[in-house]
Amino acid sequence: MTYGAGIAKGLMVTMRNLFRKPTTVQYPEERLPQHPRFRGEDFVWYEERCTGCASCAKYCPLGIIKIVTSPSGTQTQEGEKYRLEVFDIDIARCMFCGLCVEACPYDALHMGSGFERGRYARNDLTIHIDELKSAPKRPSTWFRPQLEAKGYDPFSGETVPWQGVSRASKNDPTKEEMDSRWVERQ
Amino acid sequence: MTNLQQHPEPPAELEAEPVVVNLGPQHPSTHGVFRLRVIMDGETIQDVEPIFGYLHRGTEKLAEERSYTQVVTLTDRLDYTAAMSNNLAYVLAVEKLAGIEVPERGMYLRVIAAELQRIAAHLIFVGFSLDELGAFHTPLLYGFRERERILDLFEMLCGARITVSYMRPGGVHQDAPVDFWPALDRFLADMPHYLDELQGLIAENEIVVARTKGLAVLLAAKAINCSMSGPVLRASGVAWDLRKQDPYDVYGRMQFDIPVGANGDTYDRLLVRLYEARQSLRIVAQARKEIPGGPVRTQAPFFIRPPVGEAYGHVEAPKGELGFYLVSQGGISPYRCKIRSPSFINLTALKEMLVGYKVADLVVIFGSIDVNMGEVDR
Repeated sequence: MTYGAGIAKGLMVTMRNLFRKPTTVQYPEERLPQHPRFRGEDFVWYEERCTGCASCAKYCPLGIIKIVTSPSGTQTQEGEKYRLEVFDIDIARCMFCGLCVEACPYDALHMGSGFERGRYARNDLTIHIDELKSAPKRPSTWFRPQLEAKGYDPFSGETVPWQGVSRASKNDPTKEEMDSRWVERQ
Repeated sequence: MTNLQQHPEPPAELEAEPVVVNLGPQHPSTHGVFRLRVIMDGETIQDVEPIFGYLHRGTEKLAEERSYTQVVTLTDRLDYTAAMSNNLAYVLAVEKLAGIEVPERGMYLRVIAAELQRIAAHLIFVGFSLDELGAFHTPLLYGFRERERILDLFEMLCGARITVSYMRPGGVHQDAPVDFWPALDRFLADMPHYLDELQGLIAENEIVVARTKGLAVLLAAKAINCSMSGPVLRASGVAWDLRKQDPYDVYGRMQFDIPVGANGDTYDRLLVRLYEARQSLRIVAQARKEIPGGPVRTQAPFFIRPPVGEAYGHVEAPKGELGFYLVSQGGISPYRCKIRSPSFINLTALKEMLVGYKVADLVVIFGSIDVNMGEVDR
């Protein structure tokens, strides 16, 4: 083999690539598109749907979800909810495996789509219940096929109310009907 | 009075003693925190002692106190360039242990995911090998550019790019979204041209050939004796591939060849991976054509309680045979979880491959085994 031919061949590839569009993006200004299924850190939690069963806390491999509940009334009836006092997700230790979302039987907990939650102190990384309540509800479609079926995109800016994330059909009783049933029986 | 100008007589023969050099643990070419204690005579390597354990996280012990489903998240972190293959090996072991059936579509999705992961892992290997040969970063980023598209496909499948946690005992957690299949078709159409370009860059490159041809020849008998597996073994001419020898999932229905090397030198170890990436593309294309409809997952409970017993599940991971040996005592978590990691066992032949070569070739030879420290130390 004569020396030089290979180098010329390699330079041909270099020349071809020289006139390509660059594949890099200037990150803070430009962003790569994310898929709606992206498992991000700003968890979306629907207070109305959550019953305080703590399935998510039990299924978490790291045990980073802390839930403290108390009965909502003096007489707790069947079908009535617990009142949640503490719902802490320690993002500093979270690995975003999504098992908590997979575990939730009431579709109350969803993954978010963000990845830029940097803080100066480690304690600030915990998401508390107040933040979960007030955060905009833009859930990721990960493990929520009902959202994917609607063609919902968390990056479009629209928020989803708690009624909109249901897997249930329209024939199911509404919350008011359920409440009235209990009142009638009492 | 002595004459200060007068030098003592030099000895007839210069005394030389071997020099001990520590390569690592923080060395950019050791693929993580790996330390090599090299004893050198001048520039020639006399002896090598690998020292590892710097990245030990106790995965096997952590698995003993988590439920069978939760351990899937730990396996992502073994070989972090091939998380899908690790997931697959683990769930195969659990399915064997608990007797869980997998739906057809789930099996096909797992094969597609594992083969895409193999291409991604081999692209990283080729890129870093060229990096170690002195072609700094440009060819590495050519590899990373196409790997990025595979990671985008993973993001569509399971919402994550590296730590995927995609598979569950009984299938995969979720079906692929509708926009996954057109994206996969585009990828399958583009990838062969790209592999041609990459192979053209390295296969006939004079510098690559001069530095890797005939370097660190590992004979087939030696490789088998050292219990090597994966591309390193196949580069030595042994056509041993678990996808053919012990087909799991739907590999029995796939048409593909096992590329083998002729000489077992570093050049063959480099090229055999590029050929394997092409075979992986063939498998993905077939699986994409044949994939049936239906469910992707058998509804297994989250807290699986397998009967008392033991099971060994193994797959052909990008680095070699990856096996999980699980012992159940009827509880919700494994009583014992032993991981047979290919990177760790492929290091057995490192000393035989290195002794007698110059220190400049050390990094190239070590890199050609393609070890991953997350898997060596576990």
